[in-house]
Amino acid sequence: MSVNPELQGRVFPPVAPYLVGREKVREFSRAVFATSPINHDPEAARAAGHTDVVAPPTFAVVVQEATLAQLLAEPDGGIDFTRVVHGDQRFSYTRPIVAGDELTATLAVTSIKSLGGHSMVTAESTIVDASGAHVVTAVSTLVVRGDE
Amino acid sequence: MIPAAPIRSVTDLTVGDVVAEASFALTRDSLVHYAGASGDFNPIHYRDDIAQSVGLSGVLAHGMLTMGLAVQPVVDWAGDPARVIDYQVRFTRPVFVDATDGATVTVVAKVGALDLEAGVARIDLTVTFNGSTVLGKAQARVNLA
Repeated sequence: MSVNPELQGRVFPPVAPYLVGREKVREFSRAVFATSPINHDPEAARAAGHTDVVAPPTFAVVVQEATLAQLLAEPDGGIDFTRVVHGDQRFSYTRPIVAGDELTATLAVTSIKSLGGHSMVTAESTIVDASGAHVVTAVSTLVVRGDE
Repeated sequence: MIPAAPIRSVTDLTVGDVVAEASFALTRDSLVHYAGASGDFNPIHYRDDIAQSVGLSGVLAHGMLTMGLAVQPVVDWAGDPARVIDYQVRFTRPVFVDATDGATVTVVAKVGALDLEAGVARIDLTVTFNGSTVLGKAQARVNLA
């Protein structure tokens, strides 16, 4: 089975909202060796102008994850997850993620390319807050290895 | 709210300046911790037998862990994680984490480009394990306005 080229341009339904917890931000921060007090201490975050602790730049992957699960589960997608390698990743922020945010992610497949027997799937997850305002777009390119 | 004044200014920077350097000692514990914090429980990040069954020499770090830690020296330099407005990497080589010896990942952060009008610095990261770079096109855009 190979990746279905008709996935290109497909937009998925939004996933269930993700509520960003303060302790989750702290736990994730420790896991990525983030030591800034703004990641851990609400007082330090407020002193820097934020409403609560700020998530590290790569935290959006936690919110994005449910959208990639949708993509891998798509019945006609043809993506065998045992052959998937993470090719590249980007996060583009309008504003930082802070504890207390309720975030909703929507996935779109922006490109499918073939390269030397492999497929490159570019998946863009647009993440908005409870008011619908843009927070961050997370873009992943997945390399799906072809049959060997 | 009014954000705190930046502790850096783009006008003080020159392309090529090294703004931060750091090294990180990863252990299997780090990978288990990241798995729990991120929800990525792919067993190639904690079981040698499964990693070897898919042709790897052993357990490797989550690419997103390497990406996540590599930007931290930039965050500390900028003074606030919110100043990183865009961050991208390409995953080019695995970071194998030995069960007893772990793995050391080093990061050198240099000014790659400056947008003086917008007050944004592009910081390019060289991220190395075992003498080879493990991330390509690793770039963080930092808002210093």
